[in-house]
Amino acid sequence: MSDAERRPGSGPRPGGERGTSEPPAPGASPRGPLLFKDIDTPGLAELETYRRQGGYATLAGVLAGKSPDECIQIVKESGLRGRGGAGFPTGLKWSFVPKGGERPKYLVCNADESEPGTFKDRELLVKNPHGLIEGVALAAWAVQANTGYVYLRGEFAYVQAILDRAIAEARAAGLLGGNVAGSGFRFDLHTHLGAGAYICGEETALLSSLEGFRGQPRLKPPFPAVEGLYRCPTVVNNVETLMNVPHILAHGAAWYRQWGTEKSPGTKVFSVSGPVARPGNYELPLGVPLRVLLEERCGGLRDGRKVKAVIPGGSSVPPLPASLLDTPLDFESLNAAGTFLGSGGVIVIDEGSCLVDSLWNLVRFYAHESCGKCTPCREGTYWMSQILERLERGGGRSGDLDLLADLADNILGRSFCPLGDAAAMPVQGFLRHFRDEFEHHVTHRACLVNRRREELAAAGGRRVGERAGAPA
Amino acid sequence: MSGAEIRREAGHADWPPAVRPRIEEALERYPNRRSAILPVLWIAQREWGWLPPDVLRLVARTLELPEPEVFGVASFYTMFNLKPVGRHHLQVCMTLSCSLVGADRLFQHLSRRLGIGHGETSADGRFTLRRVECLAACGNGPCLQVNEAYYENVDEAAADRILETLR
Repeated sequence: MSDAERRPGSGPRPGGERGTSEPPAPGASPRGPLLFKDIDTPGLAELETYRRQGGYATLAGVLAGKSPDECIQIVKESGLRGRGGAGFPTGLKWSFVPKGGERPKYLVCNADESEPGTFKDRELLVKNPHGLIEGVALAAWAVQANTGYVYLRGEFAYVQAILDRAIAEARAAGLLGGNVAGSGFRFDLHTHLGAGAYICGEETALLSSLEGFRGQPRLKPPFPAVEGLYRCPTVVNNVETLMNVPHILAHGAAWYRQWGTEKSPGTKVFSVSGPVARPGNYELPLGVPLRVLLEERCGGLRDGRKVKAVIPGGSSVPPLPASLLDTPLDFESLNAAGTFLGSGGVIVIDEGSCLVDSLWNLVRFYAHESCGKCTPCREGTYWMSQILERLERGGGRSGDLDLLADLADNILGRSFCPLGDAAAMPVQGFLRHFRDEFEHHVTHRACLVNRRREELAAAGGRRVGERAGAPA
Repeated sequence: MSGAEIRREAGHADWPPAVRPRIEEALERYPNRRSAILPVLWIAQREWGWLPPDVLRLVARTLELPEPEVFGVASFYTMFNLKPVGRHHLQVCMTLSCSLVGADRLFQHLSRRLGIGHGETSADGRFTLRRVECLAACGNGPCLQVNEAYYENVDEAAADRILETLR
């Protein structure tokens, strides 16, 4: 293997013609109000360009003029909630970190981006690494952490190269290191590359992995804010969450609340995938209806297809049927509709796709990614996957749907960490909204409809019993 | 692997001098040696292409850890190759978003073109083909990862063009 081939950092390359990652034409309207406003500025990943756009002015200003407590208070008042999936209030999380004390404190950025359907952090990191570094440094100031780590999923080796370069630039410019922006505050930042494990997106598993162990979750409490990395107080925040922080501290909580709703302020980056005309990342104020995102921003579905179901918040959340497309995309409205905002990974399933097949695909993912620590998740995900495979292959039995529902009910809330819940919730949601299609598989031993099956038949079929990612 | 093979490989691996500064740099990032296990395993895999038992033992010695601890960690993460892989490791994302836009067709196409199935390596050692789970490139599916590079929007014609570039 030559060095050139092995070298990380060769980056994503579009293979076909339908790419959306190219910058828009000059003069095109901004892609979002806040994080995506200037994201396609050429050279933004370089310090000089980032600074020319006002970057790091907030870091210097805050470290010179605002106390850590003031920062926590402003972020609390902004109403910012975690953008990685759980939606926990960010300022509140920061306030749990004990003040003072002998033990070091850590700031960890979760850039594991492992929730299927979610690909926002990758674009944010690649195009605006300094935006993240500034956010991390400000969060570290707020909780008085002197060391930070950015935990990237293993496949993001080329993202790590971009981030490492930006960190080196920031360090050379005195924006990281022993005397951040001349304030006397010490903050060192490092990147850490995972190696392929969905579970490491869960914060305690991420910390286990960062400490050099198998990525298995830990019992909470104690919460990481009190006892996290190396049993020291640790804040773990998602990339998008941290990238909101410089904007909030620069302009204040009231300014930030111009976007979104009373209870869900701010913007959210939605990653839209599936057969839509223009898949990609879209930053919208929270509260915009799902239909606006799909029809106005994404240009509807490809080839005149129609929506059957939409998973609005990454693969862990229950789907919405087409009749609920007017649901506003914010924490409260989605909860009222029986689902979650989650990570903002919007997966669109069209009428030509089979929902049993789709759910089998997702449950198989969770069975593959279960870390094996607790029985409900380890055995339950595998069992549910077996039942769905049976249904999809025409071998469904009369009691299978009740059995599937019973399994999901018994995994939910009974697994060690949220991975089990993440597998159970879509199962419950698919059965709740689309039970007829599942019944059809039992009574007719065949799919109602499955575009993929025709594709598979044309391609020669799939070998029975093969699982994605399973050891050969 | 037989006992004889394990004994033959034992203790023979050592870091090439050019790699040692990278290991030192990795160790400096953490307050203890154990935390450097993933970066050091990555350095080893980039050096040897995979992680044979003697290399895992070398990592254990370097980090002053019991060998089973290193084997246990290496086997937990799917991206560490505990068996040899081809020069070009083709990994097709099969999770829902990519599946909805043709990932199965892509996998079948590559499988037919190369004459290998999931987890298999071509006889000339050039290609290993594998189905993998979500690569966080859902908006530009189907996604194909080749070693550490992503290729996106990969239909059959694009796959053929990519294969042409991989010698």
